[in-house]
Amino acid sequence: MTTVTHRNSDIKIPSRGLKRSITSLAGWAVFFILLGWSWEGADMRPMALIDGAANMGKFASGFFPPDFTEWKMYVSEIIVTFKIALWGTALSILFAIPFGILSSENIVPWWVCQPVRRLMDTFRAINEMVFAMLFVVAVGLGPFAGVLALWIHTTGILAKLFSEAVESIDPRPIEGIRATGANALHEVIFGVIPQVLPLWISYSLYRFESNVRSATVLGIVGAGGVGMLLWEYIRGFYYAETAAVMILIIVSVSLLDLLSQRLRKMVT
Amino acid sequence: MVALIGASGSGKSTLIRHIAGLILSDKGSGKIEVLGTAIQSNGVLAKGVRSHRREIGVVFQQFNLVGRLSVLTNVLMGVLGQAPSWRTWFGIFTREENQRAMKALARVGIASHAIQRSSNLSGGQQQRAAIARTIVQGAKVLLADEPIASLDPASSRKVMDNLAHVNREDGVTVIVSLHQVDYAIKYCPRTVAMREGEIVFDGPSEQLTPEFLQQIYGADSLELFSPEEQRRKAAGENAKPTPERDATDELALAYAAR
Repeated sequence: MTTVTHRNSDIKIPSRGLKRSITSLAGWAVFFILLGWSWEGADMRPMALIDGAANMGKFASGFFPPDFTEWKMYVSEIIVTFKIALWGTALSILFAIPFGILSSENIVPWWVCQPVRRLMDTFRAINEMVFAMLFVVAVGLGPFAGVLALWIHTTGILAKLFSEAVESIDPRPIEGIRATGANALHEVIFGVIPQVLPLWISYSLYRFESNVRSATVLGIVGAGGVGMLLWEYIRGFYYAETAAVMILIIVSVSLLDLLSQRLRKMVT
Repeated sequence: MVALIGASGSGKSTLIRHIAGLILSDKGSGKIEVLGTAIQSNGVLAKGVRSHRREIGVVFQQFNLVGRLSVLTNVLMGVLGQAPSWRTWFGIFTREENQRAMKALARVGIASHAIQRSSNLSGGQQQRAAIARTIVQGAKVLLADEPIASLDPASSRKVMDNLAHVNREDGVTVIVSLHQVDYAIKYCPRTVAMREGEIVFDGPSEQLTPEFLQQIYGADSLELFSPEEQRRKAAGENAKPTPERDATDELALAYAAR
């Protein structure tokens, strides 16, 4: 008989519960309050976009046509940028391997893992631009300061990514190696590394990609590469040249992204 | 060659992993010695346990090979406990060590697969590679934890034959845990039976008649025969449903059918 009554009256949709709807409403309320509170601090002036439209048009037109007359110098600076990124990444991979393993919960006891993790957090928390400014003071202006800045920051990031890969390995092969009377380092070399290597390579390539992008701005604080050039042009109001440099950066970074994507697909 | 039998969850693997020093016992629960040297006592690993582990080869249910390394490299892992570490840390193995590994692979019949990635081998072949690893290790005691539980009957037979060879030709003590009584009877003169962590039988395998198993395991004894036996038994039941026949008779029939 129930089927007949259903045909005439609507079936009640089960309620989601008052508590759940209140929590979700409260969540949204907090979000909008935060946005409103930050309005002033962030100096939000949408009208400035409209008022300054004419100015911006004039500014933008200064970029055209881009001036490529000095292209050889731009390309050589971009190559320097690549070199900075390459060395910065290579050094950080070298250091991220031991630090990554030492911050993996399933390999080392907590009293090793926790301090190493905090150290890596510190490396990661401070932006490479800040490190670059510090190293410019320490080792002088130029690409080497950029390499050191990338090295510290990327070591923190890669160690974290490497240890996440190590923590998700299959423990059984390691047990197999342990049962032969091998020592702890053997377990890592033959049991852990073969399992994580494809992921590690993929992460490293990705970080190289990101480091090339970061290296293009390191020059602004005097740490070498194409960023130095860019900064000088912008400060000197050479907008046509600035546009040319930016176009070359976009082209080379996109090419690198494509290449590294291919390589990463090959290893995993 | 000693068989360790029992239904799943009866403590076979736990016992084997304790003997190999791969897991620790509870505090104050005694001592484990192998070949006169302590492995662990009171829940603490003995000093120098790594060098004692060399003498104890372990074969696991899931083979525990490193899938991305070649079969040969996996077998060479057997020398890690003997060769100087400074050399093996860099993956350098001598000609003599390579030869020992190849000979071990030839003994278990998979020398032609030596340079393949071990993950590309079938389960039976992987298990034989794991046995080759213990041969290279020069183990005096071989603990096999359900070595054939995830293999088909043909591969199971080859693996058991390999274990029997190692036992007979090298004089290695082999302890193999099984949950199929027929393999225990066929390969091992002595059987230790476990139930809920306790030893309930220790004696010649001929005594393991279905009646006897029924007596010590009750209804669980059905689990202890290989799937083929169980299938045969089930088929027999469907063909002739005779309600007066009890479980013991069924087992006796299956046993006779071997």
